[in-house]
Amino acid sequence: MKKIEAIIKPFKLDEVKDALNAIGVQGMTMTEVKGFGRQKGHVELYRGAEYTIAFVPKIKIEVVVSDSMAEKVVATVQDKAKTGKIGDGKLFISSLDEIIRIRTGEKGDAAI
Amino acid sequence: MKRMIALVLMIGLLIFAGSLCAEEKAQPNAPAPAAAGPAATPAPADTAPAVAPAPPKIDSGDTAWMIVATALVMLMTLPGLALFYGGIAKRKDVLNTMAMSFVTFCIVSVLWVLYGYSLAFVGDVGGVIGDASKFFLSGVGVNSISDLAKTIPENIFVVFQLTFAAITVALASGAYIERMKFSAWVLFSVLWMTIVYLPVAHWVWGGGFLAKLGALDFAGGTVVHINAGIAALVGAIVLGKRREATLMPGNLTLTVAGAGLLWFGWFGFNAGSALASNGLAGAAFINTNTATAVAALSWMVVDWFYAKKPTVLGLASGAVAGLVAITPAAGFVNTSGAIVIGLVAGIVPYFAVAIIKPKLGYDDSLDAFGIHGVAGTLGAVLTGVFADPAINDAGKGLLYGNPGQLMTQLIAVGVTVVYDAVATLLIFMVVKAIVGLRVDTEEEITGLDDSQHGERAYNM
Repeated sequence: MKKIEAIIKPFKLDEVKDALNAIGVQGMTMTEVKGFGRQKGHVELYRGAEYTIAFVPKIKIEVVVSDSMAEKVVATVQDKAKTGKIGDGKLFISSLDEIIRIRTGEKGDAAI
Repeated sequence: MKRMIALVLMIGLLIFAGSLCAEEKAQPNAPAPAAAGPAATPAPADTAPAVAPAPPKIDSGDTAWMIVATALVMLMTLPGLALFYGGIAKRKDVLNTMAMSFVTFCIVSVLWVLYGYSLAFVGDVGGVIGDASKFFLSGVGVNSISDLAKTIPENIFVVFQLTFAAITVALASGAYIERMKFSAWVLFSVLWMTIVYLPVAHWVWGGGFLAKLGALDFAGGTVVHINAGIAALVGAIVLGKRREATLMPGNLTLTVAGAGLLWFGWFGFNAGSALASNGLAGAAFINTNTATAVAALSWMVVDWFYAKKPTVLGLASGAVAGLVAITPAAGFVNTSGAIVIGLVAGIVPYFAVAIIKPKLGYDDSLDAFGIHGVAGTLGAVLTGVFADPAINDAGKGLLYGNPGQLMTQLIAVGVTVVYDAVATLLIFMVVKAIVGLRVDTEEEITGLDDSQHGERAYNM
């Protein structure tokens, strides 16, 4: 079982979500987050003066899938979230020890 | 749920019954004042001019308008200014920013009836200050009339002037937010209204030396906006920079709502300054609207060219700059004058805020000086240029063959700036000695809502 976390541009959320639905991903969690990377923040203008905002708004999605699905999910997100410009975000993939569905107590792949 | 409904019904019945009682009471009384009032029925109105040198009489039309105008000006401080400033403040400082306007309105309301009104608008001691004869509003009866507003009850004149004093002090808070102790602000409000506002209001409006000199200030360009703007600048320098001086508006929608309420309330401020329901009030009304609209547009155009985007904060800021600049001129200039004043008001304060402020490095958090000080000065000076005797025979500017008026305006501005700067500096030193000026680093970073009031505006 893998957990895939993706930091993406907010306007790409719908596209990524629809594409993941289409390949059979059952659910996901999304959070509005802020951060910076090599883009080093962005600039906002108030009353003619420039202010550098260190943390840029992004969307983080978390998807948990079986090992066999992981590669496909990663490829889909990468494809759909890409604009080719700075600030497209990152993917983090990690292995999961256990998943439990709270309602039924099912474990492992059955709980995904 | 049933209880709730019953409760609501009970309250509704009480209010209904109350209003019935009020009507019943009012009815038997109604004919008496109607018969006494000259305007109410045609018959006494005809006889009124026959009685030749009539003493000042309360006019019901003027009184009705001035009650409304007074309420409109009150709306400018609360919630107008509180929203305008609060929305630009950081999320963690919005309540404190609003509280500054709120508490000031309350403080000034009390001090005004204790001694403020008397010292600003009653009598004259050497052209500098009023006298103590109406402390606690002693001698102000239900039907008394001030020499400065001869057709309305003095009580209304007192409250009308009170709302001006309150917003003047509250305006300065824009330069101090996100770092000043609330206790320091409370103390500052008391001292500044007493030591700076009262004398300056007396000089210009209460029959003091600037009034005698012939300085024109229809609704408070000098008394309100230059005065507040200079206090803002001096205070911002003394307080020093915030640790996080980035402008990070917590909620600009509040600011837009606040700007709208300021604009709306300003009709009371400017047209109300005619102190009567007459043609002059009408001229002030249309000038106010014209200059404000032009200033918002000119600020937007400058923004669009200079910063590449027509910002919404820019529209709101331009409107306020226009309102400020037309304030001293509202009852003196014609439409062309109002348009030029609006145009300039959208451009000069823009560059004061966008270029001069960062160059000089003072931290005027919400540009109280950049907008009120600068636009107020522009308005005061341009009144001396554009005052058209066809609008108001009390004012004749440079364009109408009276260059002396411009000089008078400059003197009035200069005197106010110097006195205000020195007095504000002294007040800040006193406040620093008594309660201290700034919150500590941790309190500032946590936010003043939490550290000063123990509250948060938004909980998630």
